[in-house]
Amino acid sequence: MRLLFQLIWRNNFTLFFLLLQIFCFYLIAKNNRFQQASVLNATNQVVTNTMEVVNYVKEYIHLRDNNTSLAEENARLRTMLTENKYELDSVYSPVKDSVNLQQYEYITANVINNSLHHRNNFITLNKGSLQGVKPEMGVVGPKGIVGIVNHVSEHYCTVMSLLHKESSSSVMIKRNKFFGSLKWDGENPNYMYLNEIDKTVPIIKGDSIVTTAFSSTYPSGIFIGRVVDFQVEPGSPFYKIKVRLAMNFSALSHVYVVRNLMKKEQSSIEELNKAKEDEQ
Amino acid sequence: MILVILRHLFRFLLLISLQILILNNIQLGTFINPFLYILFLLSLPVNLPKLLLLPIAFLTGLSIDMFQNTPGMHASACLFMMYLRPYWLKMISPRDGYDIETEPSIKKLGFAWYIAYASLLVFVHHLFLFFIEVFRFSEFFDTLTRIALSSLLTLLLIIIAQYLTSKPKSTN
Repeated sequence: MRLLFQLIWRNNFTLFFLLLQIFCFYLIAKNNRFQQASVLNATNQVVTNTMEVVNYVKEYIHLRDNNTSLAEENARLRTMLTENKYELDSVYSPVKDSVNLQQYEYITANVINNSLHHRNNFITLNKGSLQGVKPEMGVVGPKGIVGIVNHVSEHYCTVMSLLHKESSSSVMIKRNKFFGSLKWDGENPNYMYLNEIDKTVPIIKGDSIVTTAFSSTYPSGIFIGRVVDFQVEPGSPFYKIKVRLAMNFSALSHVYVVRNLMKKEQSSIEELNKAKEDEQ
Repeated sequence: MILVILRHLFRFLLLISLQILILNNIQLGTFINPFLYILFLLSLPVNLPKLLLLPIAFLTGLSIDMFQNTPGMHASACLFMMYLRPYWLKMISPRDGYDIETEPSIKKLGFAWYIAYASLLVFVHHLFLFFIEVFRFSEFFDTLTRIALSSLLTLLLIIIAQYLTSKPKSTN
């Protein structure tokens, strides 16, 4: 017994190191999972206050870019209003009517912190649970999707950006509706890769890539970007398609958090299927 | 004694805010991220009790983590770096040992010594940090490029910071 204590005492430095290191890995593992409420995330008061100040300065730098992209978005929405008055997509309709049931609602938010140069990037927004933001809601920007909410505090939330190694969005080729998942390889924040599209599907450079409604996170049909290059991986049945994002993540300022009013319904019946498969 | 603690505390606050407010917001391509804040850990006195190094490293890393939304990653890398520091200091100690309460710096221990001291620790920190962040080996060479470029820039910034801060002292 004394020997054991002696051994522990002699190696206290290493043991203490290992103990703290294990705690660190616990924190890392905890944060990687979704929907974990924890004090140690970037939604606490001190952190967000600092970010607000930094962002106040940064917003001026990107003012011109942001104005242009918001103006472009306005123009696009305005065209939709006049051109298809009857088939008005419920997504952009603030009015409840009896033909189209409202499925998506938008909460406007400002980006107060954003990173692009890490392997895993996060964005902080100035809207939180008081405004109805919940984990796993989608976030869209003026020119495409941005990411998925992961932590929420009263006034703030953090978003797992598309530029994250775990991010995988369900998207399709607009022309022929073939779908796959969009991932980021960690190199250039302007390009992402579309996988899981079968080699037999005809693809043209310049094809539009839009969202699908499968994940119930984003409305379907949001334009994300265009195909710039595609190749067949040897030995793989799929294409590797390089997509240029329409959105410039470095000048992101005004975004919308998407609330899917039917998400519960969609996921509850999908759960039923999953439960049945597990039984079999 | 209190003066020494205050000086380190001031350096801690200065470097952490520099890291959060400025360096984290500079985008030099996707491959380069300098982490100057570890200069604080590198400058801790040589004779500081070993057991104290670890909680200091942990808290320093954690405060950066809070702002980057990466709980544990920087803390873990800092811990690893500070775990190696006493052994590395012993290996590269000058012939007549360190003075009591020496803070490792270019001014006190010379340029060549400092480069040897800092480059290994910076590299180890970045190696640990970037591999934890990616957490797989499939992008091995990309990650290695990131580590190499970022380490070089961090080292450069550390050297510049040393020259910027040690000048006024020499006139005293």
